Amino acid sequence: MIKNISNLGDAALYCDFGNEVNKSINSEVIKYFKTIKEKKFEGINNLTPSYNKLIISYDLKKTNFKEVKNYVENINPEDSIDINSKKLEIPVCCHENFSMDIKRLEEILKLSREKILENFLNKEYFCYMTGFIAGMPFLGDLDENMRAQRLETPRVKVPKGSVALTEQFANIYTFESPGGWNILGNTPLDVFDSLKEDKPNLINPGDTVIFKEITLDQYKNYNE
Amino acid sequence: MSSNYLDIIRPGINTTFQDKGRDHLYHIGIPFSGAMDNRNYLIANKLVNNNLDSAVIEFAYQGPHIKYSGEKINFAVTGDVIFSIKKKDTEIEGKCYESYQIENGDEINIISTNKSVYGYLALGGEFDLKFQWNSCSINTKANIGSNDGKKLDEGQRINLKKINSNKDIKKTNYINTKIENIRVIKGTNFDYFSEEGKKIFYEKEFTVSKLSDRMGMRLEGPKIDNIVNTNIKSEGLIKGVIQVPADGNPIIMLSDHGTIGGYPKIGVVASVDYDRLVQMSPGSKIKFKEINLSDAETLFKLYEMETQNLLSQI
Repeated sequence: MIKNISNLGDAALYCDFGNEVNKSINSEVIKYFKTIKEKKFEGINNLTPSYNKLIISYDLKKTNFKEVKNYVENINPEDSIDINSKKLEIPVCCHENFSMDIKRLEEILKLSREKILENFLNKEYFCYMTGFIAGMPFLGDLDENMRAQRLETPRVKVPKGSVALTEQFANIYTFESPGGWNILGNTPLDVFDSLKEDKPNLINPGDTVIFKEITLDQYKNYNE
Repeated sequence: MSSNYLDIIRPGINTTFQDKGRDHLYHIGIPFSGAMDNRNYLIANKLVNNNLDSAVIEFAYQGPHIKYSGEKINFAVTGDVIFSIKKKDTEIEGKCYESYQIENGDEINIISTNKSVYGYLALGGEFDLKFQWNSCSINTKANIGSNDGKKLDEGQRINLKKINSNKDIKKTNYINTKIENIRVIKGTNFDYFSEEGKKIFYEKEFTVSKLSDRMGMRLEGPKIDNIVNTNIKSEGLIKGVIQVPADGNPIIMLSDHGTIGGYPKIGVVASVDYDRLVQMSPGSKIKFKEINLSDAETLFKLYEMETQNLLSQI
């Protein structure tokens, strides 16, 4: 449930679902997100679900804080909404060409490369949200012994397709971008495709993702 | 092939097509984009008898130098911009907020914006552009929009698919007002900052850094001290949010911002001041002034009425 609604500036509602990050709170956020998105309230022009917050942006020419708040307070998110919409397998190549931060991870986590991969691969991760850059999924939760901080100095360019870790989360860089996460491998899949206007994101909030290892040869031949 | 087109002789520093932008896409990581200074964008279209949501060429600092080929067409430039029009052997200095007619072989040379950042060049017609999610706005970071999501480049040819039949010449006397005080509404993490930090935020002057673009405006000045946590759990952002990362220097989210961020939000720029904020060039001094939500809503209403008024007089 929404614990508190406040304003973020004069053109957005800040719905606070709590401070913890877990699947149950995030599922509530996604339920509200999907319900409001379906209903198409006049003036609401964007919704941003995240771990435990939902930001609702609106066009100040058409509506205002009081109206949107009143509307959201009277919504009953439908329990019937299935948030676990899809289960996806993502091929990932962890060859040294791609796993740029494996040494760093080995040191921080005090685990061998083999153990890190064993812990990471073939497990189900939940997609909490997508964003920062277009289509980037925030997946969780990593095992307790797999949690590393961001790089002290972020990279100016992280290669497209990089699969990376930080704290309890994994993500995929959908295109080349600056970034500070620990890079473990690379996927040949196009996780974001702007030409597919109705479904540009391969992974959406509520989906389940499993990383499956592929070899460098399989990676090279993947898109042929 | 179109018989009416522009050739880009010099593209300028950051020249893109922009329109009203795209909405309902934050949840997949795509920001609004669209013209940075919305009022000047609308006026540019009105001066050349376009629909108000037509695509225009937005430029920053140095603009494009273009050569036009085809039948007669009107154009107008808005903002605070120095430009010239070359017709055969004569070159005249252009004036913003006036439409001009050009014909085959004429050139428009947008030399620079004056103590501001963005300017707009509208042509009386319709560019032949690719739309993505109902907008041709170019987002160079995600390579979304027309021109493959890239800024305009030297030697490019841009086709027009339509020229307006209404070629009335128009003019308005608009002057871009400059402001030093940017009005802000308290952010959702305002209490993460020390009493001293909050005072600095509202009382001291900040300088717009060179590291500013369509994504964000970085500020330099006295450091704003955080006493709770320099990171928050990542959550949504909107344009105008002022984040303060660990180094204590504020960053204001602008139209091409990342949709999710993990730095505390000290404030949000009131919508009424957004058009003027984006025009503050590197080196400009900014002071923040707190206002409450209801004043922000009223001020925006007045600003919007003023915009509509300006448009109706053109």
